Amino acid sequence: MNITKTLEAKGLACPMPIVKTKRAMDTINSGEVLEVLVTDKGALNDIPAWAQSGGHKVLEQKTEEDVLYFYIEKA
Amino acid sequence: MTVNKWTAAKVARKVINKEELFILDVRNPDAFEDWKIEGHQFEYLNVPYFELLDGVEEILPKLPTDKDVLVVCAKEGSSVMVAEMLSEAGREVAYLEGGMKAWSSYLEPVKVADLENGGELYQFVRLGKGCLSYMVISEGEAAIIDAVRFTDVFTNFANEKGVKIKHVFDTHLHADHISGGRNIAASTGATYYLPPKDATDVVFDYTPLTDGLNVKIGSSQINVNALYSPGHTIGSTSFVVDHQFLLTGDILFIDSIGRPDLAGLAEDWVGDLRETLYSRYRELAEDLLVLPAHFMIIDELNGDGTVAKRLGDLFKENHGLNIEDEAEFRRTVTDNLPPQPNAYEQIRQVNMGKITPDNDEQTEMEIGPNRCAVR
Repeated sequence: MNITKTLEAKGLACPMPIVKTKRAMDTINSGEVLEVLVTDKGALNDIPAWAQSGGHKVLEQKTEEDVLYFYIEKA
Repeated sequence: MTVNKWTAAKVARKVINKEELFILDVRNPDAFEDWKIEGHQFEYLNVPYFELLDGVEEILPKLPTDKDVLVVCAKEGSSVMVAEMLSEAGREVAYLEGGMKAWSSYLEPVKVADLENGGELYQFVRLGKGCLSYMVISEGEAAIIDAVRFTDVFTNFANEKGVKIKHVFDTHLHADHISGGRNIAASTGATYYLPPKDATDVVFDYTPLTDGLNVKIGSSQINVNALYSPGHTIGSTSFVVDHQFLLTGDILFIDSIGRPDLAGLAEDWVGDLRETLYSRYRELAEDLLVLPAHFMIIDELNGDGTVAKRLGDLFKENHGLNIEDEAEFRRTVTDNLPPQPNAYEQIRQVNMGKITPDNDEQTEMEIGPNRCAVR
């Protein structure tokens, strides 16, 4: 998996992780992958739901030491 | 336009007074479907906040202009954002301070009755979670039954009333919410009682709550009488307070009955549940006012905000008390049970003292409805 861009959204509370993810997504091209690091647990449901609503694809997600990692391919 | 901030207490008054309210819930559809602020006269629109990042124009026509609009999310942040966007679009709206997290935590104390010699009985209604706790006050003393984990609410209330908390009871080992009983007892020096059959795995000291235990509150005759009534759990115990009130715990609710599967196998306890509801309770006076530990739907609230109904009326109206055929009863309470409460196994571990999560983790565990009943 080629990561085009990484977004550090650790420590941010809802809605900022999604707001920033959306902005970062606007800067990459279709088919490219955005990595998002977030600590707000709300993101666990919200990022996949947001991605789905925009047609983006969550290729992988994992949790390491309270940090959530998402890899999202732009539609 | 101004953005208003509403407290959970203000929303609670809207629920109890059966006022109108339009709720714009900006959480995920899953979260909304699972659990929302229920009101008799509430209308809802659910649009996740992340679909509104580019603007709120699309939903403007769906929002009424002739009634209050409250924006709600999980913790507050997203509702503030959406409320500000609506305000910029010329709408006056409010958001819920603290979001559903605050709603889940809010307790509304409602007086059920005056007792003899200036005594009082209060029900603490946790509207967001459907939990009901009780405080019996008499002559400078208090007993608390099924306290939820917001212990300050109870200790502050006792201070305001000028009474000393002497006895703290849990009718059973709860699986849907974290008990505040043990902490209240520890901070006030009160005795903490738990049914021994539910407490085989607890890691702290407690006083056994056994059938026939009789505790007097104050020096007069206001007493709290324990009645062993298994079925939701094997230790579940009810109380008859002042010969007038039947505190049923999670055995009997207003419009439903307790489910037998949250602490073990439904098959094992369904017989106990039947025995309690169809024999033990039948021997009690029908004029007792039933005060349960939960409500499931907002229609179970009385006009004054209490959740209470005469036992004789429940024998007539509650479906769970009117299943003649034992096999059918067995099927009703063991088949097609609703989903279990969120994190119920972890919550039981907390209530046994085996794990001690921090406040945020406790909040997370208690998200969602209580789901202790079967209809």
